[in-house]
Amino acid sequence: MSESVAEDLRAHAFLAGLPEGTVDIIAGCARWATFDTGQLLLREGEPADTLHLVHRGRVVIEMHQPGDGGLSIETVGAGHVVGISWVSPPYRWQFDARALEPVTTMAVDVGQLRAELGRRPALGFALLDRLASVLAERLQSTRIRVLDLHRLDDDRPR
Amino acid sequence: MMTVRAEPTPEPRTGHSPLTPAPYRVVGRRAEVGDVVTLSLEPAGTSLAPDFVHGQFNMVTAFGVGEVAISISSAPGAAGPIEHSIRDVGAVTHALCSAPIGAVLGVRGPFGTGWEVDHFEDGVDVVVVAGGIGLAPLRGAVRDLVDRQRGGRGRLFVVAGARSPDQILYAEDLEAWRDAGAHVVVTVDVGTPEWEGPVGVVTTPLPALPFDPSRAVALTCGPEVMMRFVARSLVDRGVDPSRIRVSLERNMQCAIGICGHCQLGPLLVCRDGPVVPYGGTADTLFMERRR
Repeated sequence: MSESVAEDLRAHAFLAGLPEGTVDIIAGCARWATFDTGQLLLREGEPADTLHLVHRGRVVIEMHQPGDGGLSIETVGAGHVVGISWVSPPYRWQFDARALEPVTTMAVDVGQLRAELGRRPALGFALLDRLASVLAERLQSTRIRVLDLHRLDDDRPR
Repeated sequence: MMTVRAEPTPEPRTGHSPLTPAPYRVVGRRAEVGDVVTLSLEPAGTSLAPDFVHGQFNMVTAFGVGEVAISISSAPGAAGPIEHSIRDVGAVTHALCSAPIGAVLGVRGPFGTGWEVDHFEDGVDVVVVAGGIGLAPLRGAVRDLVDRQRGGRGRLFVVAGARSPDQILYAEDLEAWRDAGAHVVVTVDVGTPEWEGPVGVVTTPLPALPFDPSRAVALTCGPEVMMRFVARSLVDRGVDPSRIRVSLERNMQCAIGICGHCQLGPLLVCRDGPVVPYGGTADTLFMERRR
């Protein structure tokens, strides 16, 4: 475990409020990862094996079009997480995630993390509680966008 | 502490009855994004355009077609004509958007309450959140708030949302405000392969926006569902609900609080709005359901 990973994990918004010892356990599964502009952090269809806690830079979550560019779904930055498909079957990435600029993440090995969660149900609960918040935020954002609020203005004849 | 309250409607100073349109000539016409056109209007006669405050609206007439409420998108006191940005969504707005330079339109106003930007205490951060054409009633205010920041009187944060990159209204203004030192975030609901800015609804950037919520003032305009989520998100950040102001939109007809077409709960939006505080006013109005 790199001490600097542990320090920065403790400061990361996703893990805020977790006991220090708990963060150290997660840090034991983590390493620094860097991505150049345009490089993929995750590729749709591949095994979901890493949880990225974004430390620096912006990442776009997107769906690629065959023979064309990607359709942007959401952008996230420092303090956010990328890669939550490992939580539920089929444990494969559902979208691509691409660095919009040089990106640094704390990449948590999900295989190791699962083993730790199996031994420590309280850690599992704490982590899933945070992941549920991320999922709820993204669901809420998606619901608002499905409403296409700008259309509501367009449809009011004047 | 600043109190945010609904102002009484200033007396229109058109030299006419508030129900009689004054003739204004189209002296400029700029196609914005999508179906939005910005018209520059000057009084057609010898009278001067009346004073107005940020956030007020005029009733603009296309003679022979009809009249519609349009927010003023230029800044009060600025040299030059009054500007209105209009989205072509119906018969009246289509006629207005099609008006050529030189055409004469009718204008009544200004009406309604304003953003009260001149009342903000020095040092407080101002957060402006706009969706789509909701940026139009805020544009003049933002211009003055950029000057306020330049003068060291308080920071300015602008979050502008659009459906897609090609629908970003006032893109040049947004860039100029950023260049002038404002913290500007432009986010789109649906990105494109070329778009490398933020993708997400306008509430998404708010949790990480580096303003001081303890004394911040927030102004928001856009679809009312959007404003509801924006206001809640700002309150979650710690902004006092009474320091959040929203701009309501209803079917304004008389614009002087007589006809009742724009009634929303206890308010006549043309007279008591369009700008109202969120805390104690819009928070309950936003929860009104059709009876």
